Amino acid sequence: MEEKVIMAGFGGQGIMAIGKLLAYAGMLEGKNVTWMPSYGPEMRGGTANCAVVVSEDEIGSPLISKDGTAAIVMNLPSMIKFEKELVPGGKLIINKSLIDVEPTRKDLDVYYIPANELALELGNGKVANMVMLGSYLELTKTVEIESVLKAFVKVFGEDKADLIPLNKEALLKGAQAAKK
Amino acid sequence: MAKVLMKGNEAVGAAAIKAGCKLFFGYPITPSSEIPEYISRALPEAGGVFLQAESEIAAINMVYGAGGAGARVMTASSSPGISLKQEGITYCAGAEIPCVIVNMMRGGPGLGSIQPGQADYFQATRGGGNGDYRTLCYAPASIQELVDYVMLAFDKADYYRNPVLICADGMIGQIMEAVELKDPEPMELPPKDWATTGTGGKRKPVVVNSLYLQAEELQEHNKHLIEKYKLMEENEVVYEAFGLEDAEVVCVAFGTTSRIVKTAIKQAQAKGIKVGMIRPITLWPFPYDVFKEIGDKAKGILTVEMSAGQMIDDVKIGIAGRLPVYFNGTQGGMVPTPGSILADIEKIAGGAK
Repeated sequence: MEEKVIMAGFGGQGIMAIGKLLAYAGMLEGKNVTWMPSYGPEMRGGTANCAVVVSEDEIGSPLISKDGTAAIVMNLPSMIKFEKELVPGGKLIINKSLIDVEPTRKDLDVYYIPANELALELGNGKVANMVMLGSYLELTKTVEIESVLKAFVKVFGEDKADLIPLNKEALLKGAQAAKK
Repeated sequence: MAKVLMKGNEAVGAAAIKAGCKLFFGYPITPSSEIPEYISRALPEAGGVFLQAESEIAAINMVYGAGGAGARVMTASSSPGISLKQEGITYCAGAEIPCVIVNMMRGGPGLGSIQPGQADYFQATRGGGNGDYRTLCYAPASIQELVDYVMLAFDKADYYRNPVLICADGMIGQIMEAVELKDPEPMELPPKDWATTGTGGKRKPVVVNSLYLQAEELQEHNKHLIEKYKLMEENEVVYEAFGLEDAEVVCVAFGTTSRIVKTAIKQAQAKGIKVGMIRPITLWPFPYDVFKEIGDKAKGILTVEMSAGQMIDDVKIGIAGRLPVYFNGTQGGMVPTPGSILADIEKIAGGAK
Protein backbone atom coordinates (compact mmCIF):
# COMPACT_ATOMS: atom_id res chain seq x y z
CA MET A 1 0.00 0.00 0.00
CA GLU A 2 1.30 3.41 -0.94
CA GLU A 3 -1.08 6.34 -0.66
CA LYS A 4 0.06 9.63 -2.18
CA VAL A 5 -2.39 12.39 -1.39
CA ILE A 6 -2.33 16.08 -2.22
CA MET A 7 -4.21 18.48 0.01
CA ALA A 8 -4.78 21.99 -1.25
CA GLY A 9 -6.76 25.12 -0.60
CA PHE A 10 -6.19 28.68 0.48
CA GLY A 11 -4.34 29.82 3.58
CA GLY A 12 -6.42 29.40 6.73
CA GLN A 13 -8.51 26.43 5.58
CA GLY A 14 -6.42 24.08 7.69
CA ILE A 15 -4.78 22.28 4.80
CA MET A 16 -1.38 21.83 6.43
CA ALA A 17 -3.13 20.70 9.61
CA ILE A 18 -5.08 17.82 8.05
CA GLY A 19 -1.90 16.78 6.22
CA LYS A 20 -0.01 16.61 9.48
CA LEU A 21 -2.86 14.71 11.16
CA LEU A 22 -2.86 12.10 8.39
CA ALA A 23 0.94 11.75 8.51
CA TYR A 24 1.01 11.51 12.30
CA ALA A 25 -1.83 8.96 12.32
CA GLY A 26 0.04 6.88 9.73
CA MET A 27 3.15 6.97 11.89
CA LEU A 28 1.14 5.89 14.95
CA GLU A 29 -0.06 2.90 12.92
CA GLY A 30 3.55 1.94 12.23
CA LYS A 31 3.55 3.03 8.58
CA ASN A 32 6.19 5.10 6.82
CA VAL A 33 5.06 8.67 6.25
CA THR A 34 6.24 11.92 4.75
CA TRP A 35 4.60 15.34 4.82
CA MET A 36 5.89 17.90 2.36
CA PRO A 37 4.55 21.45 2.49
CA SER A 38 4.53 23.98 -0.30
CA TYR A 39 7.02 26.64 0.67
CA GLY A 40 7.77 28.14 -2.69
CA PRO A 41 6.46 31.26 -4.42
CA GLU A 42 2.98 29.71 -4.67
CA MET A 43 2.73 29.88 -0.88
CA ARG A 44 3.30 33.64 -1.07
CA GLY A 45 0.33 33.81 -3.42
CA GLY A 46 -2.04 32.71 -0.68
CA THR A 47 -2.62 29.07 -1.63
CA ALA A 48 -1.49 26.29 0.64
CA ASN A 49 -0.83 22.72 -0.26
CA CYS A 50 0.95 19.72 1.10
CA ALA A 51 1.78 16.24 -0.13
CA VAL A 52 1.41 13.31 2.25
CA VAL A 53 2.74 9.85 1.49
CA VAL A 54 1.68 6.90 3.67
CA SER A 55 3.33 3.62 2.78
CA GLU A 56 4.10 0.14 4.04
CA ASP A 57 7.49 0.43 2.32
CA GLU A 58 10.38 2.87 2.47
CA ILE A 59 9.24 6.12 0.83
CA GLY A 60 11.17 7.34 -2.19
CA SER A 61 10.20 10.78 -3.34
CA PRO A 62 8.07 12.76 -0.89
CA LEU A 63 6.93 14.83 -3.86
CA ILE A 64 3.82 13.99 -5.84
CA SER A 65 4.26 14.44 -9.55
CA LYS A 66 1.61 12.90 -11.83
CA ASP A 67 1.48 9.93 -9.44
CA GLY A 68 -0.99 11.10 -6.79
CA THR A 69 -3.53 8.50 -5.69
CA ALA A 70 -5.88 11.12 -4.24
CA ALA A 71 -6.37 14.85 -3.88
CA ILE A 72 -8.43 16.87 -1.44
CA VAL A 73 -9.15 20.25 -3.02
CA MET A 74 -10.77 22.95 -0.94
CA ASN A 75 -10.96 25.77 -3.52
CA LEU A 76 -11.12 26.22 -7.29
CA PRO A 77 -7.47 27.19 -8.01
CA SER A 78 -6.40 24.03 -6.16
CA MET A 79 -8.64 21.81 -8.27
CA ILE A 80 -7.37 23.34 -11.50
CA LYS A 81 -3.76 22.95 -10.39
CA PHE A 82 -3.83 19.49 -8.85
CA GLU A 83 -6.29 17.40 -10.87
CA LYS A 84 -3.35 17.08 -13.29
CA GLU A 85 -1.19 15.39 -10.67
CA LEU A 86 -3.38 12.31 -10.18
CA VAL A 87 -3.01 8.89 -11.75
CA PRO A 88 -5.92 7.70 -13.92
CA GLY A 89 -8.63 6.51 -11.55
CA GLY A 90 -7.23 8.65 -8.74
CA LYS A 91 -9.68 10.01 -6.19
CA LEU A 92 -10.49 13.70 -6.48
CA ILE A 93 -12.40 14.95 -3.44
CA ILE A 94 -13.90 18.34 -4.17
CA ASN A 95 -15.19 20.90 -1.69
CA LYS A 96 -18.53 21.49 -3.39
CA SER A 97 -19.24 24.46 -1.12
CA LEU A 98 -16.61 26.55 -2.87
CA ILE A 99 -16.12 24.81 -6.22
CA ASP A 100 -19.05 24.98 -8.63
CA VAL A 101 -17.36 23.62 -11.75
CA GLU A 102 -16.41 20.08 -12.72
CA PRO A 103 -12.86 18.90 -13.22
CA THR A 104 -11.65 18.76 -16.82
CA ARG A 105 -10.35 15.21 -16.52
CA LYS A 106 -12.86 12.46 -17.10
CA ASP A 107 -10.69 9.55 -15.93
CA LEU A 108 -10.84 10.36 -12.20
CA ASP A 109 -12.97 9.03 -9.39
CA VAL A 110 -14.67 12.27 -8.32
CA TYR A 111 -16.53 13.03 -5.08
CA TYR A 112 -18.34 16.27 -4.24
CA ILE A 113 -18.50 17.09 -0.53
CA PRO A 114 -20.28 20.25 0.72
CA ALA A 115 -17.65 20.61 3.42
CA ASN A 116 -18.42 24.16 4.56
CA GLU A 117 -22.16 23.51 4.88
CA LEU A 118 -21.55 20.26 6.77
CA ALA A 119 -19.13 22.03 9.08
CA LEU A 120 -21.65 24.79 9.73
CA GLU A 121 -24.23 22.14 10.60
CA LEU A 122 -21.87 21.20 13.42
CA GLY A 123 -21.79 24.83 14.47
CA ASN A 124 -18.22 25.57 13.43
CA GLY A 125 -17.19 26.39 9.87
CA LYS A 126 -13.54 25.91 10.77
CA VAL A 127 -13.83 22.12 10.74
CA ALA A 128 -14.55 21.96 6.98
CA ASN A 129 -11.03 20.59 6.60
CA MET A 130 -11.83 17.73 8.97
CA VAL A 131 -15.01 16.97 7.04
CA MET A 132 -12.88 16.61 3.90
CA LEU A 133 -10.35 14.43 5.74
CA GLY A 134 -13.23 12.26 6.99
CA SER A 135 -14.47 11.78 3.43
CA TYR A 136 -10.98 10.92 2.25
CA LEU A 137 -10.51 8.33 5.00
CA GLU A 138 -13.88 6.73 4.26
CA LEU A 139 -12.90 6.36 0.61
CA THR A 140 -9.33 5.15 1.08
CA LYS A 141 -9.09 3.66 4.59
CA THR A 142 -5.50 4.95 4.68
CA VAL A 143 -5.65 5.19 8.49
CA GLU A 144 -8.31 4.68 11.16
CA ILE A 145 -10.27 7.69 12.38
CA GLU A 146 -9.21 6.70 15.91
CA SER A 147 -5.55 7.16 14.90
CA VAL A 148 -6.31 10.66 13.65
CA LEU A 149 -7.89 11.50 16.99
CA LYS A 150 -4.85 10.11 18.80
CA ALA A 151 -2.66 12.27 16.57
CA PHE A 152 -4.76 15.33 17.36
CA VAL A 153 -3.08 16.28 20.63
CA LYS A 154 0.34 15.37 19.23
CA VAL A 155 -0.12 17.88 16.43
CA PHE A 156 -2.05 20.62 18.23
CA GLY A 157 -1.01 20.16 21.86
CA GLU A 158 -2.73 18.79 24.95
CA ASP A 159 -4.55 22.08 25.57
CA LYS A 160 -6.59 21.51 22.40
CA ALA A 161 -7.91 18.13 23.61
CA ASP A 162 -11.32 19.69 24.33
CA LEU A 163 -11.78 20.13 20.57
CA ILE A 164 -11.51 16.40 19.88
CA PRO A 165 -15.28 15.64 20.13
CA LEU A 166 -16.13 18.36 17.58
CA ASN A 167 -13.36 17.18 15.23
CA LYS A 168 -14.49 13.57 15.58
CA GLU A 169 -18.00 14.60 14.60
CA ALA A 170 -16.62 16.43 11.59
CA LEU A 171 -14.61 13.38 10.50
CA LEU A 172 -17.68 11.15 10.85
CA LYS A 173 -19.87 13.63 8.99
CA GLY A 174 -17.35 13.71 6.14
CA ALA A 175 -17.23 9.92 6.10
CA GLN A 176 -21.02 9.76 5.94
CA ALA A 177 -21.13 12.26 3.07
CA ALA A 178 -18.65 10.19 1.06
CA LYS A 179 -20.82 7.08 1.41
CA LYS A 180 -23.72 8.67 -0.46
CA MET B 1 12.17 7.00 23.02
CA ALA B 2 9.05 6.91 20.87
CA LYS B 3 9.09 8.25 17.37
CA VAL B 4 7.83 11.76 16.71
CA LEU B 5 6.87 13.46 13.49
CA MET B 6 9.32 16.28 12.86
CA LYS B 7 10.19 18.71 10.13
CA GLY B 8 13.79 18.35 8.95
CA ASN B 9 14.81 21.84 10.00
CA GLU B 10 13.32 21.45 13.47
CA ALA B 11 14.94 18.04 13.79
CA VAL B 12 18.34 19.66 13.13
CA GLY B 13 17.74 21.93 16.10
CA ALA B 14 16.54 19.13 18.36
CA ALA B 15 19.50 16.93 17.40
CA ALA B 16 22.03 19.70 17.96
CA ILE B 17 20.67 20.44 21.43
CA LYS B 18 20.71 16.73 22.28
CA ALA B 19 24.34 16.60 21.13
CA GLY B 20 25.23 19.32 23.60
CA CYS B 21 25.28 22.32 21.29
CA LYS B 22 25.23 25.36 23.55
CA LEU B 23 25.58 28.19 21.07
CA PHE B 24 23.89 28.95 17.77
CA PHE B 25 24.61 31.94 15.59
CA GLY B 26 22.70 32.41 12.38
CA TYR B 27 20.70 34.49 10.01
CA PRO B 28 17.44 33.07 8.61
CA ILE B 29 17.04 32.12 4.96
CA THR B 30 14.52 29.92 3.13
CA PRO B 31 14.49 26.89 3.09
CA SER B 32 16.36 26.58 6.40
CA SER B 33 14.66 29.31 8.47
CA GLU B 34 12.96 26.86 10.82
CA ILE B 35 16.39 25.89 12.17
CA PRO B 36 17.02 29.27 13.85
CA GLU B 37 13.29 29.54 14.61
CA TYR B 38 13.27 26.25 16.49
CA ILE B 39 16.59 26.85 18.18
CA SER B 40 15.68 30.38 19.27
CA ARG B 41 12.95 28.78 21.38
CA ALA B 42 14.53 25.52 22.45
CA LEU B 43 18.20 26.34 23.00
CA PRO B 44 17.70 28.91 25.79
CA GLU B 45 15.49 26.33 27.56
CA ALA B 46 18.45 23.93 27.40
CA GLY B 47 20.76 26.49 28.96
CA GLY B 48 22.27 27.70 25.70
CA VAL B 49 22.32 30.91 23.72
CA PHE B 50 20.69 31.69 20.39
CA LEU B 51 21.82 34.83 18.68
CA GLN B 52 20.53 36.16 15.39
CA ALA B 53 23.55 37.83 13.85
CA GLU B 54 23.37 40.88 11.61
CA SER B 55 24.58 38.78 8.68
CA GLU B 56 25.84 35.34 7.73
CA ILE B 57 29.40 36.63 7.82
CA ALA B 58 28.96 37.86 11.37
CA ALA B 59 27.38 34.54 12.34
CA ILE B 60 30.25 32.37 11.10
CA ASN B 61 32.77 34.64 12.82
CA MET B 62 30.82 34.28 16.06
CA VAL B 63 31.07 30.53 15.47
CA TYR B 64 34.84 30.98 15.09
CA GLY B 65 35.01 32.77 18.42
CA ALA B 66 32.77 30.38 20.32
CA GLY B 67 34.42 27.28 18.84
CA GLY B 68 37.82 28.76 19.63
CA ALA B 69 36.75 29.05 23.24
CA GLY B 70 35.85 25.35 23.19
CA ALA B 71 32.06 25.58 23.05
CA ARG B 72 29.87 23.24 21.01
CA VAL B 73 28.60 25.62 18.36
CA MET B 74 26.55 25.48 15.19
CA THR B 75 25.36 27.69 12.39
CA ALA B 76 22.92 26.92 9.60
CA SER B 77 21.90 28.50 6.35
CA SER B 78 21.06 27.80 2.72
CA SER B 79 23.22 28.11 -0.36
CA PRO B 80 23.78 31.90 -0.81
CA GLY B 81 24.11 32.23 2.96
CA ILE B 82 26.66 29.41 3.03
CA SER B 83 28.59 31.21 0.28
CA LEU B 84 28.84 34.23 2.56
CA LYS B 85 30.26 32.00 5.30
CA GLN B 86 33.10 30.60 3.19
CA GLU B 87 35.75 32.98 4.50
CA GLY B 88 34.85 32.04 8.04
CA ILE B 89 34.87 28.33 7.22
CA THR B 90 38.41 28.40 5.83
CA TYR B 91 39.49 30.40 8.91
CA CYS B 92 37.88 27.75 11.12
CA ALA B 93 39.65 25.02 9.15
CA GLY B 94 42.98 26.87 9.35
CA ALA B 95 42.67 27.58 13.06
CA GLU B 96 41.30 24.05 13.65
CA ILE B 97 38.05 25.15 15.21
CA PRO B 98 35.44 22.45 15.74
CA CYS B 99 32.01 23.56 14.59
CA VAL B 100 28.98 22.24 12.74
CA ILE B 101 27.64 24.02 9.67
CA VAL B 102 24.32 23.00 8.16
CA ASN B 103 23.49 23.80 4.54
CA MET B 104 19.92 23.22 3.37
CA MET B 105 20.85 23.65 -0.27
CA ARG B 106 18.65 25.52 -2.75
CA GLY B 107 18.83 26.30 -6.44
CA GLY B 108 21.72 28.47 -7.63
CA PRO B 109 23.93 30.14 -8.74
CA GLY B 110 23.68 33.52 -7.07
CA LEU B 111 20.56 34.20 -5.08
CA GLY B 112 18.99 31.41 -7.12
CA SER B 113 15.67 29.94 -6.02
CA ILE B 114 14.26 28.71 -2.73
CA GLN B 115 13.51 25.18 -3.96
CA PRO B 116 15.80 22.22 -3.26
CA GLY B 117 19.20 21.95 -4.95
CA GLN B 118 22.48 20.03 -4.73
CA ALA B 119 24.69 22.39 -6.68
CA ASP B 120 26.88 23.27 -3.68
CA TYR B 121 28.67 19.95 -4.01
CA PHE B 122 31.86 21.50 -5.39
CA GLN B 123 31.79 24.15 -2.69
CA ALA B 124 31.30 21.56 0.05
CA THR B 125 33.84 19.00 -1.16
CA ARG B 126 36.49 21.19 -2.80
CA GLY B 127 36.33 24.03 -0.31
CA GLY B 128 34.56 27.28 -1.06
CA GLY B 129 37.19 29.23 0.81
CA ASN B 130 40.88 29.73 0.10
CA GLY B 131 43.75 27.43 0.91
CA ASP B 132 44.31 23.71 1.27
CA TYR B 133 41.60 22.55 3.58
CA ARG B 134 38.95 19.88 3.83
CA THR B 135 35.71 19.60 5.74
CA LEU B 136 33.99 16.36 6.63
CA CYS B 137 30.64 16.52 4.85
CA TYR B 138 27.55 14.41 5.61
CA ALA B 139 24.65 14.19 3.14
CA PRO B 140 21.63 12.66 4.91
CA ALA B 141 18.68 11.36 2.88
CA SER B 142 15.99 11.16 5.58
CA ILE B 143 15.06 13.04 8.71
CA GLN B 144 16.29 10.12 10.82
CA GLU B 145 19.70 10.25 9.12
CA LEU B 146 19.69 14.01 9.47
CA VAL B 147 19.38 13.87 13.26
CA ASP B 148 21.82 10.97 13.56
CA TYR B 149 24.50 12.76 11.54
CA VAL B 150 23.96 16.16 13.13
CA MET B 151 24.66 14.52 16.49
CA LEU B 152 27.66 12.63 15.13
CA ALA B 153 28.95 15.80 13.47
CA PHE B 154 29.56 17.47 16.84
CA ASP B 155 31.69 14.54 18.02
CA LYS B 156 33.62 14.35 14.77
CA ALA B 157 34.22 18.11 14.82
CA ASP B 158 35.65 17.86 18.34
CA TYR B 159 37.59 14.70 17.56
CA TYR B 160 39.36 16.17 14.53
CA ARG B 161 39.27 19.83 15.58
CA ASN B 162 37.69 20.58 12.23
CA PRO B 163 34.51 22.10 10.83
CA VAL B 164 31.93 19.49 9.81
CA LEU B 165 29.29 20.22 7.16
CA ILE B 166 25.81 18.77 6.88
CA CYS B 167 24.76 19.12 3.24
CA ALA B 168 21.06 18.45 2.87
CA ASP B 169 18.59 20.29 0.66
CA GLY B 170 15.38 22.26 0.88
CA MET B 171 13.29 19.13 0.62
CA ILE B 172 15.00 17.46 3.59
CA GLY B 173 14.62 20.71 5.50
CA GLN B 174 10.92 21.06 4.79
CA ILE B 175 9.49 17.55 4.95
CA MET B 176 8.17 15.91 8.08
CA GLU B 177 9.03 12.28 8.80
CA ALA B 178 9.01 9.98 11.77
CA VAL B 179 12.17 10.37 13.78
CA GLU B 180 13.64 8.97 16.96
CA LEU B 181 16.07 11.16 18.86
CA LYS B 182 18.34 8.44 20.17
CA ASP B 183 21.06 9.18 22.67
CA PRO B 184 24.32 9.46 20.75
CA GLU B 185 26.94 6.75 21.32
CA PRO B 186 29.45 8.27 23.71
CA MET B 187 32.75 8.91 21.93
CA GLU B 188 36.13 9.36 23.55
CA LEU B 189 37.24 12.89 22.75
CA PRO B 190 40.54 14.65 23.36
CA PRO B 191 40.51 17.42 26.00
CA LYS B 192 40.12 20.94 24.62
CA ASP B 193 43.35 22.16 26.18
CA TRP B 194 43.89 24.40 23.15
CA ALA B 195 40.74 26.45 23.79
CA THR B 196 41.03 30.13 24.70
CA THR B 197 39.23 29.97 28.00
CA GLY B 198 41.50 32.29 30.00
CA THR B 199 44.74 31.36 31.71
CA GLY B 200 43.54 32.17 35.21
CA GLY B 201 47.18 33.10 35.78
CA LYS B 202 47.94 29.39 35.98
CA ARG B 203 49.14 28.53 32.50
CA LYS B 204 50.67 30.07 29.41
CA PRO B 205 48.23 31.68 26.97
CA VAL B 206 47.03 29.57 24.04
CA VAL B 207 46.56 31.05 20.59
CA VAL B 208 43.89 30.03 18.12
CA ASN B 209 44.74 31.56 14.78
CA SER B 210 45.11 30.83 11.09
CA LEU B 211 47.85 33.39 10.38
CA TYR B 212 51.44 32.15 10.01
CA LEU B 213 53.82 34.79 8.65
CA GLN B 214 56.72 32.36 8.38
CA ALA B 215 56.24 30.21 5.28
CA GLU B 216 58.14 27.28 6.82
CA GLU B 217 55.92 27.37 9.86
CA LEU B 218 52.77 27.50 7.74
CA GLN B 219 53.96 24.56 5.65
CA GLU B 220 54.44 22.58 8.86
CA HIS B 221 50.92 23.52 9.89
CA ASN B 222 49.64 22.46 6.46
CA LYS B 223 51.42 19.12 6.78
CA HIS B 224 49.71 18.59 10.10
CA LEU B 225 46.33 19.40 8.52
CA ILE B 226 47.03 17.04 5.60
CA GLU B 227 47.76 14.23 8.06
CA LYS B 228 44.44 14.92 9.72
CA TYR B 229 42.57 14.88 6.40
CA LYS B 230 44.26 11.57 5.53
CA LEU B 231 42.95 10.09 8.77
CA MET B 232 39.47 11.26 7.84
CA GLU B 233 39.80 9.68 4.40
CA GLU B 234 40.83 6.41 6.01
CA ASN B 235 38.26 6.34 8.79
CA GLU B 236 35.25 8.46 8.00
CA VAL B 237 33.90 7.28 4.64
CA VAL B 238 30.21 6.37 4.97
CA TYR B 239 27.96 5.09 2.20
CA GLU B 240 25.06 2.80 1.39
CA ALA B 241 25.47 0.36 -1.50
CA PHE B 242 23.49 -2.56 -2.84
CA GLY B 243 23.26 -4.85 -5.83
CA LEU B 244 26.69 -3.96 -7.22
CA GLU B 245 27.93 -7.48 -8.07
CA ASP B 246 25.37 -8.41 -10.71
CA ALA B 247 24.09 -4.97 -11.68
CA GLU B 248 23.57 -4.03 -15.32
CA VAL B 249 23.32 -0.40 -14.32
CA VAL B 250 24.61 1.28 -11.15
CA CYS B 251 23.00 4.52 -10.00
CA VAL B 252 24.88 7.02 -7.85
CA ALA B 253 22.98 9.69 -5.95
CA PHE B 254 22.90 11.33 -2.52
CA GLY B 255 20.31 13.03 -0.33
CA THR B 256 16.87 13.71 -1.81
CA THR B 257 17.79 12.46 -5.28
CA SER B 258 18.88 9.10 -3.84
CA ARG B 259 15.32 8.55 -2.63
CA ILE B 260 13.88 9.26 -6.05
CA VAL B 261 16.50 6.96 -7.59
CA LYS B 262 15.39 4.18 -5.23
CA THR B 263 11.82 4.53 -6.50
CA ALA B 264 13.10 4.36 -10.09
CA ILE B 265 15.23 1.30 -9.24
CA LYS B 266 12.17 -0.54 -7.91
CA GLN B 267 10.35 0.26 -11.16
CA ALA B 268 13.35 -0.94 -13.22
CA GLN B 269 13.61 -4.15 -11.21
CA ALA B 270 9.92 -4.79 -11.86
CA LYS B 271 10.85 -4.69 -15.55
CA GLY B 272 13.61 -7.22 -14.98
CA ILE B 273 16.60 -4.86 -15.09
CA LYS B 274 19.26 -5.42 -12.44
CA VAL B 275 20.19 -2.08 -10.93
CA GLY B 276 22.69 -1.44 -8.16
CA MET B 277 23.18 1.71 -6.19
CA ILE B 278 25.90 3.67 -4.45
CA ARG B 279 24.69 6.38 -2.11
CA PRO B 280 27.52 8.44 -0.62
CA ILE B 281 26.61 9.57 2.90
CA THR B 282 29.93 11.37 3.24
CA LEU B 283 30.44 13.58 0.19
CA TRP B 284 33.94 14.21 1.51
CA PRO B 285 35.64 11.87 2.00
CA PHE B 286 34.02 10.28 -1.06
CA PRO B 287 33.53 6.47 -1.17
CA TYR B 288 35.84 5.88 -4.17
CA ASP B 289 36.76 2.32 -3.19
CA VAL B 290 33.24 0.91 -3.32
CA PHE B 291 33.23 1.38 -7.11
CA LYS B 292 35.65 -1.56 -7.30
CA GLU B 293 32.81 -3.82 -6.16
CA ILE B 294 30.83 -3.20 -9.34
CA GLY B 295 30.74 -6.45 -11.28
CA ASP B 296 31.49 -7.25 -14.94
CA LYS B 297 27.85 -7.27 -16.04
CA ALA B 298 27.59 -3.51 -15.59
CA LYS B 299 27.11 -1.51 -18.77
CA GLY B 300 27.28 1.93 -17.27
CA ILE B 301 26.90 4.22 -14.29
CA LEU B 302 24.07 6.73 -13.95
CA THR B 303 24.75 9.73 -11.74
CA VAL B 304 21.67 11.67 -10.63
CA GLU B 305 22.02 15.11 -9.11
CA MET B 306 20.07 18.31 -8.62
CA SER B 307 22.91 20.20 -10.31
CA ALA B 308 24.53 20.47 -13.72
CA GLY B 309 26.79 17.56 -12.75
CA GLN B 310 29.24 17.99 -9.90
CA MET B 311 29.48 14.70 -8.01
CA ILE B 312 29.90 13.08 -11.42
CA ASP B 313 33.58 14.12 -11.28
CA ASP B 314 34.07 11.98 -8.17
CA VAL B 315 32.10 9.14 -9.74
CA LYS B 316 34.50 9.24 -12.70
CA ILE B 317 37.48 9.13 -10.34
CA GLY B 318 35.86 6.20 -8.55
CA ILE B 319 35.15 4.13 -11.66
CA ALA B 320 38.56 5.08 -13.12
CA GLY B 321 37.51 4.80 -16.76
CA ARG B 322 36.26 1.22 -16.44
CA LEU B 323 32.67 2.09 -17.39
CA PRO B 324 30.90 4.96 -19.12
CA VAL B 325 29.31 7.46 -16.75
CA TYR B 326 25.95 9.03 -17.70
CA PHE B 327 24.20 11.94 -16.09
CA ASN B 328 20.61 12.78 -15.20
CA GLY B 329 20.23 16.17 -13.60
CA THR B 330 17.83 18.97 -12.82
CA GLN B 331 18.74 22.50 -11.90
CA GLY B 332 17.34 25.64 -10.41
CA GLY B 333 15.21 23.97 -7.75
CA MET B 334 13.62 21.34 -10.00
CA VAL B 335 13.56 17.78 -8.65
CA PRO B 336 14.15 14.79 -10.97
CA THR B 337 11.21 12.43 -11.52
CA PRO B 338 11.44 8.64 -11.14
CA GLY B 339 10.19 8.37 -14.73
CA SER B 340 13.14 10.23 -16.25
CA ILE B 341 15.60 8.17 -14.20
CA LEU B 342 13.88 4.93 -15.21
CA ALA B 343 14.11 5.96 -18.87
CA ASP B 344 17.87 6.50 -18.49
CA ILE B 345 18.32 3.18 -16.68
CA GLU B 346 16.50 1.41 -19.53
CA LYS B 347 18.64 3.17 -22.13
CA ILE B 348 21.89 2.21 -20.39
CA ALA B 349 20.75 -1.38 -19.79
CA GLY B 350 19.84 -1.61 -23.47
CA GLY B 351 23.29 -0.45 -24.48
CA ALA B 352 23.06 3.33 -24.67
CA LYS B 353 25.56 5.23 -26.73
